[in-house]
Amino acid sequence: MKQGIFEIKENKQIALNTYRLKLKGEGSNDLKPGQFVNIKLEPYFLRRPISICDVNDDVLTLIYKAVGDGTKTLSKMKEGSLDLLIGLGNGYDLSKSEGKPLLIGGGAGIPPLYFLAKQLRDQGKKVSVILGFNKKEEIFMEEDFKALGCKVIVTTADGSYGIKGFVSDAMKDMDYTYFYTCGPLPMLKAVYGLCRTEGEFSFEERMGCGFGACMGCSIKVKDGYKRVCKEGPVFERKEILWQE
Amino acid sequence: MARIDVDLCGVHLDNPVIPASGTFGYGYEFADLYDIDVLGSLAFKTTTLNPRYGNPVPRIAETASGMLNAIGLQNPGVDKVIDEELPKLRNCFHKPIVANISGFSIDEYKEVASRISKEDQIGFIEVNVSCPNVSGGGIHFGSDPTLAKEVTKAVKEVSDKPVFIKLSPNVTDIVSIAKACEEGGADGISLINTLIGMRIDIRRRTPIIKNVTGGLSGPAIFPVALRMVYQVAHNVNIPVIGLGGISKAEDVVEMMLAGASAVEIGAANFTDPFICKKIIEELPGLLDSLGVRDIKEIIGGCK
Repeated sequence: MKQGIFEIKENKQIALNTYRLKLKGEGSNDLKPGQFVNIKLEPYFLRRPISICDVNDDVLTLIYKAVGDGTKTLSKMKEGSLDLLIGLGNGYDLSKSEGKPLLIGGGAGIPPLYFLAKQLRDQGKKVSVILGFNKKEEIFMEEDFKALGCKVIVTTADGSYGIKGFVSDAMKDMDYTYFYTCGPLPMLKAVYGLCRTEGEFSFEERMGCGFGACMGCSIKVKDGYKRVCKEGPVFERKEILWQE
Repeated sequence: MARIDVDLCGVHLDNPVIPASGTFGYGYEFADLYDIDVLGSLAFKTTTLNPRYGNPVPRIAETASGMLNAIGLQNPGVDKVIDEELPKLRNCFHKPIVANISGFSIDEYKEVASRISKEDQIGFIEVNVSCPNVSGGGIHFGSDPTLAKEVTKAVKEVSDKPVFIKLSPNVTDIVSIAKACEEGGADGISLINTLIGMRIDIRRRTPIIKNVTGGLSGPAIFPVALRMVYQVAHNVNIPVIGLGGISKAEDVVEMMLAGASAVEIGAANFTDPFICKKIIEELPGLLDSLGVRDIKEIIGGCK
């Protein structure tokens, strides 16, 4: 983990309630897919954890949904600088994917999969991606994944674009050797129920600090308790225990 | 430059700044961020006799100028702390540690205190009788002067190190509890723990925190903490460690003017992991600007 002051280069709406934030600052080149940053925003007490979407020459790209007071405040910041803690969390393990990894993302869970897809592609893997949204207006990054050479399938819950339904509806026909997923809890549970290989899940939880000090985000896994922010947010399929 | 070293029950501290229990783990993880030997001391996560997994998530909710937590005393238990956590801390911290302990019966407090106080790394025992997030333990012992005195006596009997009792602000008369601890033989008082609070998710109409209530910390509680430290310090003859919402060097000075001999920094570690180091670096300059040559001069100095 490092602390740094990052300059806002872009903060632009790219879909319904969805924004792309580009930040320039030192240290971003060492970051791994699946890790997150924790942003200090005035006047809020706790930082806002946001997963990393891409890294390029000390420019960090984050894509976030403006849903609460904090992210709505963030969406209005068009210039200036932000205090970030970077390099938080364990990140995805790229070594286990074998030849044909499947990436399954829902809504705000999609951005970290882009950074992952890029690195998997660079390793020569044949990457497939399922992107789930509620409706057409929410869709983002479809073209970005295509530009990486990924096979891309989009689902919308209302059927306004792509396959009507959920990511789980698109999973059945896919051919894959390993999977990585990030998205809302009901989606993660559906993926868990349908998956035919080992894989990794990225979890979200209310955090106090984001770096392992407060124990606020401890969840029960098969061999005890782990902190989503420190030992997670990525957990292997075989270690997950679902709570009620 | 002004001197910032203090004396706490005969133990010399290079400065009065101590990360508060529950906000700094067992310390060694912060050693990846900075040299934690710059700290005056550090209070490790509340340790109980048996391992505790704590409360279900969500355990955290944000508030105006603060946060609620309901961790529920998650810790690996005293044996693991002695066998695994303290050895890791030994590699990166070379000063007397504040061992924060809790229990669910007087015997448990006694057992944990007797085991932990034998460790040479431990400089002080801090007895948590104020956790608001567990049933049957913690705050139960800190809400009644008779029980508080009993716990104090029991822990004192088995401890070789100075014993501080960490008090809850969720009581009618903080002074009577502090005095009871003093009568029980306490070497000092730490205050305050968190204030019990609640938040509700207006869409789901459910408490944000699964435990329903949680403990409020952060700058929001600083004036309450300051008032209680002031009241207690004026009514007991043992040193007081002041904590609750401290987030900058000025707050440290204010807390010491109210009567604290040392301070603990809690929730501020969550929003700025380097805050203790920064405060320690800023203190001498701040004291110089106030015309203070030695920080010990300001303890209880509020006119």
